[in-house]
Amino acid sequence: MSLRALPAAVAALAVAGLVLGPVAAVLWRAGDWGRLGPGDWQALRFTLWQALLSAAVSTVLAVPLARALARRRFAGRGLLVALLGAPFILPTLVAVLGLVAVFGQNGVLNGALRAAGLPTLSIYGLHGVVLAHVFFNLPLATRLLLQGWHAIPAERFRLAASLGLSPWALFRTLEAPMLTRIAPGAFAVIFVICLSSFAVALTLGGGPRATTVELAIYQAVRFDFDLGRAALLSVVQLGLALAAGLVALRLGAGAGFGAGLDRVLPRWDARGGWSRGLDALWIGLAALFLLLPLALVAARGLPGLLLLDAGIWQAASHSLSVALASTLLCLIWALALASRWGEVVGLAGIAVSPLVLGTGLFLILQPLVNPLSLALPVTTLVNALMALPFALRILRPQAQAARQDYGRLAQALGLTPLAWLRLVLLPRLRRPLGFAAGLTAALSIGDLGVIALFANPDRATLPLQVYRLMGSYQMDAATGAALLLLVLSFGAFWLFDRGGRMGADA
Amino acid sequence: MKAITFAAGCLAASSALAQDAVLTVYAGDYIVSEWGPGPRIEEMFEARCNCDLQFRPGDLLPRLLLEGARTEADVVFGLNTDVTKQARESGLFAPHGVDLAPLTLPIDWQDDTFLPYNYGHTAFVYNSDRLAEPPQSFQALLDAPDDLKIVLQDPRSSISGLALVLWVQAVFGEEAEAAWAKLAPKILTVTRGWSESYGLFTEGEADMVLSYTTSPAYHIIAEDDRSKKAAIFPEGHYLMVELAAKVASTDQPELAQQFMEFLLTPEFQEMIATGNWSFPAALPRESWPEGFRELDLPETVLFYSEDEAAALRDESIEAWRRALSQ
Repeated sequence: MSLRALPAAVAALAVAGLVLGPVAAVLWRAGDWGRLGPGDWQALRFTLWQALLSAAVSTVLAVPLARALARRRFAGRGLLVALLGAPFILPTLVAVLGLVAVFGQNGVLNGALRAAGLPTLSIYGLHGVVLAHVFFNLPLATRLLLQGWHAIPAERFRLAASLGLSPWALFRTLEAPMLTRIAPGAFAVIFVICLSSFAVALTLGGGPRATTVELAIYQAVRFDFDLGRAALLSVVQLGLALAAGLVALRLGAGAGFGAGLDRVLPRWDARGGWSRGLDALWIGLAALFLLLPLALVAARGLPGLLLLDAGIWQAASHSLSVALASTLLCLIWALALASRWGEVVGLAGIAVSPLVLGTGLFLILQPLVNPLSLALPVTTLVNALMALPFALRILRPQAQAARQDYGRLAQALGLTPLAWLRLVLLPRLRRPLGFAAGLTAALSIGDLGVIALFANPDRATLPLQVYRLMGSYQMDAATGAALLLLVLSFGAFWLFDRGGRMGADA
Repeated sequence: MKAITFAAGCLAASSALAQDAVLTVYAGDYIVSEWGPGPRIEEMFEARCNCDLQFRPGDLLPRLLLEGARTEADVVFGLNTDVTKQARESGLFAPHGVDLAPLTLPIDWQDDTFLPYNYGHTAFVYNSDRLAEPPQSFQALLDAPDDLKIVLQDPRSSISGLALVLWVQAVFGEEAEAAWAKLAPKILTVTRGWSESYGLFTEGEADMVLSYTTSPAYHIIAEDDRSKKAAIFPEGHYLMVELAAKVASTDQPELAQQFMEFLLTPEFQEMIATGNWSFPAALPRESWPEGFRELDLPETVLFYSEDEAAALRDESIEAWRRALSQ
């Protein structure tokens, strides 16, 4: 094995071990595979169907939105692009409350419909599940596609303009090939996130019709203590995710654009009033859809902020330190794994049920140490693992392009691996690195993941505190804590993302 | 294992001295939080035991079953009546040895392993400002117009949701599935746990929420709000009792025993009502806090023994799932 392939192999083995080890531990403890119950097949069908719909709608809607954002420059654009990332990093509980405040029975939308004498809409049902998943994932899809647009060298647009290509011809020759390269990966990653959806699907799904595989796993572990069935279900979930990853890998193949000078130039093809209006409409609608629920969460949480006490701030500092550590770990992991097959391996990180992961790690660690004393390190590790697919999706296309475009030159110059990293790769990856770091940090702050089995009273994280508040009738304080969570997640995201984009836009 | 407990005790920010004996109590997450009864229990018990009580929050029974006899737990606090069969069959618990004479539960309780400390009944809670005329019986709820919206919890992920399907089973028996079918159009949604449901209810999303007969006491005492009420049905309400048990492998048998005895003392019982927003298990009604005394109580109490509950569980959940999946 060459020296260059070694980090990738180590990183891939670490993912495989962290995912398969716990599943194997659960299975070993159970003694045998469980059987699937009558409701499980229904759950499997629903899970697949909602994940397909959610991923498709998110990816399709992201195309015009990302295109509009890619070719327009306006005041506050940078802030808007950052803000649009906020839904994705929200803890599900908070996001659901925000969506309910807009689309619920008592929400803003139905209030307006009632005032206008129109029939009201219900958010509860399959469409509610898809709506919530689009709310979460449209921003991710948009950012991934936006990156694709930024990766088209500006020289190509200049050439297209000087050749007098029509907007349609330009779309076909420049934008469509980029989309066929980027969109399948975005679709796959969203599909896999939605596969393991649980609380969102249940709360907005309206009942047992909206049962997902993850709920069946939860029931098997926490209620029935049927570990064999939990292991079987999580292997099914993993299989589906890896299949999706392989399909996306196949579809997303294709050449890049070659190297340009990495500048963003005005788009001569988008000067018409018609296309201007359409872009403005897309941006406006998306901003309204994505930002209104956030604004309502913020408005409702403000009074609750006063009710927060010292415990919350301590939890917040635990969340932050875990987030920083997971971010660092995740970026190193992702850089090592940034190849096409590495991305498929990475998908396993979000495909495995957090509950099975937690249970398996508990079983593995328990003979060695008190698992509670490892609450924060385990949370750090699992958060990094779960953010890995996103970091890879963000970093991989440009990392690979850099390798293709500058690899031969670097070889000819005889660059050492360290110099390659410092002089070529990291500067090329500055924008995606910032975005990936921001996403990882924010996801980690908002994650509730495996904490349940590893909950330590002195090491509580912020999402856990929000749940505890809600469980003790402290709904107002819970909205305050949720706002704090939102601010911290978004703050971390913004700082990293901004750091990555600073100077890169010029 | 003692050494690890000891080390954890030294590291934890605890007021107790390090040389004190440590009593490790596994408890539900809501109990340990600073808004739950945990901190008060710790303070009260440490004042009388000359020891260090340490709560370990989290998934109670799954964790204990994973750990088996190697567990560090001395006492488990917060088990529920509908899952005791599984807990008992694990063989991990020892008899509590506490005199049950002080119990004031609405049912006869003779269990020598699981000791009740508080209870409540499943009930639909509503806001009387919004719903002036709530259904007067379970049947009336089934017959109510479909625009009356209720929020429930999933019996596969929540203990109160499980109590609900057993409640419907106890009231409607063979007709349970038909009852669910009549209820289905009124169900706005089903959530993972109680918190999400109650959150949706307080946001004004639904007219009624599956909660407990004791929920209004919180609003009366903490918020001076008398608009939240539990609808009392003549068919009866399903009883939910919270329990503690002593772990057989405890390395602190005396302390564990002292803790079990402590649970039925008037001092603990007077605290637990407002600590856990539940009815005390061993305190006559006239000694309850004021907000609790004014609550409406069901005249009929429904309850399945652990064997009955275990036998009916899968069937009742399936009836629920089938009727609501139509």
